[in-house]
Amino acid sequence: MATYRRGRGLGDRLLLLAVVALAIVWIAPIVWVIGLSFKPNDVLMRSTGGIHLPPFTLKNYVDIIASSQVFAWMLNSFIVAIGQTVLTLVIASLAGYGFARTNFPGRNVLFVLVLAALAVPEQAIIVPLHTMFAAVDLHNTYAALIAPRLAFPFGVLLMTQYFRAIPAEIEEAALLDRASRLKVFWRIVLPLSIPAQATLGIYTFLHAWNEYFWPLVSATKPAMYTLTVGLASMQTNFAQTEGIGFLMAQAVFAGLPVLILYLFFQRHIVSAVAGGGNK
Amino acid sequence: MVRLRISSGRTGSHYMAERAASGIGLSRLSNGLFVAPYMLLVFGLLFAPLVLGIWLAFQDYDMLGGWAGGVGLENFENLLDDKIFRGTVRNTIKFVLMTTPAFVALGLFLALALNNSLRRSAILRAIFFGSSVLSVTIVTLIWRLVYLPDRGLLADILSLVSLPSVDLITSQTWALPAIAIVTVWWIIGLPMTLFLAGLQQIPPELYEAAALDNASRWRTLTSITLPSIRRTIIVVAVIEVILQFQLFGQALLITGGGPDNTTRPMVQFIYEAGFRDLQLGFAAAASQVLFALMLIAALAQMWAGRRREG
Repeated sequence: MATYRRGRGLGDRLLLLAVVALAIVWIAPIVWVIGLSFKPNDVLMRSTGGIHLPPFTLKNYVDIIASSQVFAWMLNSFIVAIGQTVLTLVIASLAGYGFARTNFPGRNVLFVLVLAALAVPEQAIIVPLHTMFAAVDLHNTYAALIAPRLAFPFGVLLMTQYFRAIPAEIEEAALLDRASRLKVFWRIVLPLSIPAQATLGIYTFLHAWNEYFWPLVSATKPAMYTLTVGLASMQTNFAQTEGIGFLMAQAVFAGLPVLILYLFFQRHIVSAVAGGGNK
Repeated sequence: MVRLRISSGRTGSHYMAERAASGIGLSRLSNGLFVAPYMLLVFGLLFAPLVLGIWLAFQDYDMLGGWAGGVGLENFENLLDDKIFRGTVRNTIKFVLMTTPAFVALGLFLALALNNSLRRSAILRAIFFGSSVLSVTIVTLIWRLVYLPDRGLLADILSLVSLPSVDLITSQTWALPAIAIVTVWWIIGLPMTLFLAGLQQIPPELYEAAALDNASRWRTLTSITLPSIRRTIIVVAVIEVILQFQLFGQALLITGGGPDNTTRPMVQFIYEAGFRDLQLGFAAAASQVLFALMLIAALAQMWAGRRREG
């Protein structure tokens, strides 16, 4: 490609060397943690050297599976992430279509408000939001874990943008035939938006799966913890711990599913994150 | 199937004229039903708490004592007098100043080096982006293990070159930089991706012209590439400032704010005031200060970017 001309010799090779060295720095902590997660805790107590040498063990993973809590947290994370993803797709697609393709009194004012909502960070509203959910006694429920994220405007703006790019002629014919707006949306426009749905869906799922601050303050009962909050709750008293192999196995156990998801949907994830910027 | 039947007597030409103004079709209240579910959510769960939060910031309200009326600016005055809060502002700004230049410089470097269609570049891009899909809990777990004195990966590497191991996260000097390193490792993928997208927008003709002039690589970089992506550089810097002001999980989980409060960020202060000490008014006031600082920093950067342009 244009910025990168091959055959300039030394400069190119030095650049490549630098980037590969950085990549090793990037990947080393993960490889190290995966490797040591298969080593017995008593060996790790003495030294973490000799990562490639036996003895190896699966005990750390067996211990995770034996503590049923981790599975309960994983299930919670899954319910929250799926719920948030499905609802976001439905609500954002409807609103995106409404803003991009239909006309109603007050449309432009409402759209400016949605744009303004983009500037509001989670931290600015988390205290009153918590008070509101406490007032209706909804904390420690899935509804409380799922709902607040649905109000953030990224999905609506993404879908608005996408629907605007679909040629109007596609709908016009159907509308002249007196088909209802909802029918046009459902039969004609929605099927065309599958790529955007995939991007938004994967992004929302990942974001929900990794969310930390809101679940931390809303789910206070261990049974309602998500995986992110639950694992964090087990990380106390670190330096003295005897079970660092167990901790490493936890990191691998919780991190591998998203890394695998990433390998499969890399293109969607990268484009969603780039489009989302900070939300 | 549910049908929102909108009867219309409009003619084709009338319809087309309407459409030209905005959207397709006539302005009808029933079309608003498409956006109604989201508007209810954004008003109920975003604007309502925003307004409530601003109100709370001027109230004496704690969860245990209940509401004790308005107090004007007292919460803000107490924040100014609070040594710990002033410390968190300092720590947060220091952290932003450490990480934002690192994100811009390293993100740009990686994007420049990996902006090509070679297979190995695709793999390298995947490596640098991959860590951003992990949650803060996993990232901090990995790095607390890496930073473990004596047994961590860092200590192992230092001992290979016969250097003594250091306990970064209990050091007042090194704890915050250690958190900054974790953060850069975690989410370098975002700036890299934004820079790659920016580089893709540069018209190839510019490089062809430079090649005809036999311009050196450095010359091409400084007089074509960098000026062409100036806007992207500003965007990345603004996004990173906004993001890094929100430092929370890494500090809470790696150092808990210590040693001696040297790594406690503003968001952790809000968290502790609001959810541990249950002083809602005080915490809401701190939230407003954070929000204001983020807005000021972002606007200042955009203003600086424009001015240089003009």
